[in-house]
Amino acid sequence: MTTFVSILYIIAFALFIYGLMGLTGPRTAVRGNWIAAVGMAIAVIATLLLPGMGNWWLIALGIVLGTVVGVPAARQVKMTAMPQMVALFNGVGGGAVALIAWVEFRTTDGYAHEPLYVAIASLFAAIVGSVSFWGSNIAFGKLQELISGRPISVGRLQQPLNVLLVVGALACAVAIASGGGSEWLIIGVLVASAFLGVMVVLPIGGADMPVVISLLNAFTGLSAAAMGLALDNTALIVAGMIVGASGSILTNLMAKAMNRSIPAIVAGGFGGGTAVAAGGGSGEQRPVRSTSAGDAAIQMAYASKVMVVPGYGMAVAQAQHAVREMADLLESKGIEVLYAIHPVAGRMPGHMNVLLAEADVPYESLKEMDESNSQFPQTDVALVIGANDVTNPAAQSDPSSPIYGMPILSVNSSRSVIVLKRSMSSGFAGIDNELFYDPKTAMLFGDAKSSVAEIVEELKAL
Amino acid sequence: MLVESLAVLVLAGFVGFAVISKVPNTLHTPLMSGTNAIHGIVLLGGLIVLGMGADGVLNKILLVIAIAFGTINVVGGFLVTDRMLGMFKEKPKEQQDAAKEAKK
Repeated sequence: MTTFVSILYIIAFALFIYGLMGLTGPRTAVRGNWIAAVGMAIAVIATLLLPGMGNWWLIALGIVLGTVVGVPAARQVKMTAMPQMVALFNGVGGGAVALIAWVEFRTTDGYAHEPLYVAIASLFAAIVGSVSFWGSNIAFGKLQELISGRPISVGRLQQPLNVLLVVGALACAVAIASGGGSEWLIIGVLVASAFLGVMVVLPIGGADMPVVISLLNAFTGLSAAAMGLALDNTALIVAGMIVGASGSILTNLMAKAMNRSIPAIVAGGFGGGTAVAAGGGSGEQRPVRSTSAGDAAIQMAYASKVMVVPGYGMAVAQAQHAVREMADLLESKGIEVLYAIHPVAGRMPGHMNVLLAEADVPYESLKEMDESNSQFPQTDVALVIGANDVTNPAAQSDPSSPIYGMPILSVNSSRSVIVLKRSMSSGFAGIDNELFYDPKTAMLFGDAKSSVAEIVEELKAL
Repeated sequence: MLVESLAVLVLAGFVGFAVISKVPNTLHTPLMSGTNAIHGIVLLGGLIVLGMGADGVLNKILLVIAIAFGTINVVGGFLVTDRMLGMFKEKPKEQQDAAKEAKK
């Protein structure tokens, strides 16, 4: 490798890292993405400058084919279909690694004249790449609803079968590494890994798919890094490993945000998301989505209409001044902020009006229940601050509920809901609130005043 | 050669961990998509193996497919990420609905 190419590679890494840092913040994300893309272009050009490159027509053919397929796919995919598109792109990356490993095997006569580490790295890349390719395709199929989104499993045979597939793939790999040159061995590695990828992803429910895709994304990164070891290419090692590491962290963050653990997801079989719907019985542990002040701030900053739904929690925490400050910041961004006042919010009629008036909230912004309910369907974010029973959809939908028939604020008809609450404890009426388990609801746990203050800080930073 | 490569590998791993410290939930999907585009770097592997003179029809076919796959990964990945991030810019109302849909 010439020094010049190495220097271009180093520039490319720097751009990848800088670009990824950009992608972690809302203001810098778009630029970060393009910086990383420039890094990739530099890495590709640098590779083509390596001395002794040939087969130009075939290289051009591959790149043109990829562009012709990739660009329209990325351009035309509907926004709702994004996750499966990412799965598909991830899958082809893994597939590329597996194919390269296969060709490596073929061109080196089964790694006969290569150091052992090359064989090990290449075989690792083959296994992980193949798992990632097939697993991602299954994930794509599930999200695209080509395959049922429900967990599909072969019951108790699942785990033994997976273990068998791992053992099979490893056995073939060990046979190759210890000198076996038969092509059937590498095909065995690829096929066993392929089935493993399919079997691991099939039993996972649709709701957990984003986490699975992120996990497979990290895997593909690792396989790229292994391929880099085998080919002695620094660009592959660095970029692959960065993706492997950051992808693992991201997977963990995503799982946490959904209140799930990665082993539980991979072990599969439950967590069908929608399957968890209204069980009704209280006391059971149901998943809720928790969020952070930063996310709440971003969500509201990009909304066009925010409805604040105050309740007793706001009164107890004396959060009205902080709420006012938050509303002012949002309004300065051109976002409409209204307050939905339930007649019995708080502990006395007009409790909320008084508190908000004390904080100089303009009277026109306070909306009575009926008017609020007609506003919710046009509301992007409903911010529920310490209100509980007055937002419980069970009052409309569940005749067995003790509050059935009570007029409520139909918060759940807005496009998304953020609930500020100290804990999952039930409200004044002592009953569970269906709203908290709604998929479009995110919970921000903590004291109302400090939560709102945090949101204010985050909004200022945006 | 191996030791140098391993050193690079470990350091890159730490960089990867360090870069992703605090990410708002809203950006999880775009970030995943962005890292996804970056591992399209396997494209380079295909370029090197093919460019350094792979022989045989099957090898060449496999490598052309690998390069095509890698290119799809890179090009598609960055474009999709850009489109997702476009949802967070100042925008008219219909698009906001689409962004909300996409997040679900």
